[in-house]
Parts: sequence; structure tokens; C-alpha cells
Amino acid sequence: MATLKSLRMRINSVKSTQKITSAMKMVAASKLRRAQTQVEAARPYAMRMQRMLAALAANVAGSPTAPAMLVGTGREQTHLLVAITADRGLAGAFNSSVGRATRALALRLAAEGKTVKIIAVGRKGREYLRRDLAHAMVGDFSFAGKRTLEFADAAPVAERIAEMFQRGEFDVCTLIYNRFVSVISQVTTQTRLIPTPLPEAEAEAAGPHAVYEFEPDEETLLARLLPQNLAVQIYGALLESAAGEHGARMTAMDNATRNAGDMINRLSLIYNRTRQANITKELIEIISGAEAV
Amino acid sequence: MPTALEIVSPEKLLLARPVDMVVIPAADGELGVLPGHAPMIVLLRGGVIRLYEGAQVISRLFVDSGFAEITPERCTVLADQAIPIAELSKTAAGQRLAEAEAAYAAVDKFDNLARETAMGRLQSAHAMVEAAEAS
Repeated sequence: MATLKSLRMRINSVKSTQKITSAMKMVAASKLRRAQTQVEAARPYAMRMQRMLAALAANVAGSPTAPAMLVGTGREQTHLLVAITADRGLAGAFNSSVGRATRALALRLAAEGKTVKIIAVGRKGREYLRRDLAHAMVGDFSFAGKRTLEFADAAPVAERIAEMFQRGEFDVCTLIYNRFVSVISQVTTQTRLIPTPLPEAEAEAAGPHAVYEFEPDEETLLARLLPQNLAVQIYGALLESAAGEHGARMTAMDNATRNAGDMINRLSLIYNRTRQANITKELIEIISGAEAV
Repeated sequence: MPTALEIVSPEKLLLARPVDMVVIPAADGELGVLPGHAPMIVLLRGGVIRLYEGAQVISRLFVDSGFAEITPERCTVLADQAIPIAELSKTAAGQRLAEAEAAYAAVDKFDNLARETAMGRLQSAHAMVEAAEAS
């Protein structure tokens, strides 16, 4: 049986773990609030950009000069997967679910005879995917040490993707990230970036489109708007992922705190029982000693 | 009925208010937007957005590039940043101009896209210096 001293030490160690996990939960909660406001604030731009893009795309649809970034290269041979994860762990299944989804998709595409390339955004995703998909990795980004995400952080990722597309290094680009639904639920989502998907249903619901004039012409506008849209999409996904990360960490740390509490209760029970058993044993010894005299 | 003007950056909604007229720096020249303007989507270059109430300029903001969507009822400006003229600093603008000039000098003149991007940045930096000096 464990001695009283070792039990006491274990209880103390679990107590300090509990202190850490509950502090991490508090930190995650406050970061979550900030991340959520950022997500909200970024929405108007993305919405308006989609509206403009839909109007422009409706105009060039079917035209042979439509930019490849909008309509695709016409092939589906090489796929670029962009996996967005967090830089830090201790957030439950948050990072591994993106890793697993990316890996499954990569293996499926490879089985279909397609070429797969992967860009990992976030340290955890890179570590996960490097294990058995190292040959497919073409780049990674990390925002470790950044307090808040800015639009400027998404720009290099978008530039890299646009550059690769210009050089014809892939045909289809898919973004994989965790979308923030609520504190307890983050949904791993796959979004097609290139060819650019258009919110058709929405546009139709809004009724007949106003006929826009374009200045300069549609192609020049699209050439500027598409890369910007790419960056906006990535920025949006980064923000969702950041909010999701804090949500997941908050839940994970809440569970950990509760588990530590349970463990402390159990250990305290064993500790008290052992202490009482010891006292009883000593009493028996004294009494039987006295009787023997 | 005034035009509903919105200036939005990727990070947040910067400004939303009704104005009687707004002048935006479109790529092919300044464009005055009054209520009832024909629907348009325009590319912006670096320059100053002027907000009018009656004949009075009530606010001036510098934008470095972006897009604008104009409909009869509203004018939406998507810009990376919009800085009130009063907050522009001459030194920062000068520094940006120097950087843009250096970048333009270094760019491959036969790469059309890169040259145009660099030219756009240079023009935007020039406009920023001008705006800073005028304030």
C-alpha cells in the first residue's frame, strides 16, 4: 500500500496540474473572445468581395479569355492541399483532426493516380504531415509567437499559392481547416480555393443582377481581384481556425480540470482511509500491549 | 436620398455613413459618386477619398489601392487600409516612397505583372506623399 507521504505528494502534484489547466482555460476563454470579434469584423469585407466577384464572374463566364484562376486549368491532375492547424497543442483533437482529414484526402487522391502537394500552415500540422507525407510537402508557414493575426499574415501564404499557380505547379487547390461553430464544436472543413467557387445560389436568390459597368475591363479587374480574394479566403480561414483553436483548448482544459478534480477526490479518499487504518492499527497495538501486561 | 458609403478593410468595417457625394480615386481618374450613379465596379489606385456633405468636404481619407462597387444607392470601397489625411506622417510616406522606388528599380522590366505591381506601389507612394504634404 502506498505510504501517506507518497499519497500526499501525488495529491499536491495533481493539484498544481489542476491550477495550470484551469489557468490555461481562462486564457483560452479570453483569447477566444478576441478571436471571435476578429472573425465577425472580417466578415463584411469577405461578403462584399464575394458580391463583386459574382458580378464580375457572371460577365466573363463562358468567355475564352476568362482567367485560369477563376475557371481552372481544365485539368485535375495535380492537387495542392493547404492544411491550417494551430502552432500549439493541448487543444484536444483540434490539430489531429485536420491532419487526419488532410492525410485521408492525400491518400485518396494518390490512389486515384493524382499528384498531391501539401502546404502546411501551423507548426502542429507540419509535424503531423511530415511523418509520412514528407515527400509531398512543398512549403510551410507558421505564425508562432504572433499575438493577433493580421491580414498581412495571410498575404504571404496567398502569394505563394498564386505564384505556384502561375508557374502551373498545380491545377486544383483545396483548403482544409477547422471552422469554428461553437466552443464545443469545430468542424473540419474542406474549401475549394482554385478554381474559385462562386456563390451561385445566393446570387440567384438576390434576384436579377444590376448590370455593372467595369473600369478598367473585366479581365484587368479580375486579375487584381482574384489574388485578393485568395488572400481574403485564407485570412478568413486563419481566423476561424484561431477561434476554433481557442474553443477547443478551452473545452480540453475544462475537461482536464474536471479530471484532475476527480483524481484529487479519489486520492484524498485513499489518503484518509490509509490514515485512519494507521491510527486504528496503532490503537490496537497499544490496547493489546496494555492487555498483555 | 444620400449615398450610403462604406469603407471596408479585410480586418474590419472602417466607416459606414451616408454622404451627399464621394470622390474616389479610380484607376483611370477621379470619380465623383452622387446618388443614382450607374452601377459600376472600379479598380482604385492610391489616392484620397473625399466625403462631401452639401458642397463641404467633411472628411478626407487616403487609400493605397483597392476596389469600389457603386450602385444607385450605395458606394462600397474595399481597401487594404484607409488613413485619415490628418494622421498621415510625412516621414512615413517618404520612407514608403523610397522603398517603392527601390523595389521598382530592382524589378525585372520584362516581367509585365511584376512591373505593373511595382508601378502601382510607386504611384500609391507618390500619392501618399502628396496627400501628406497637402494636409
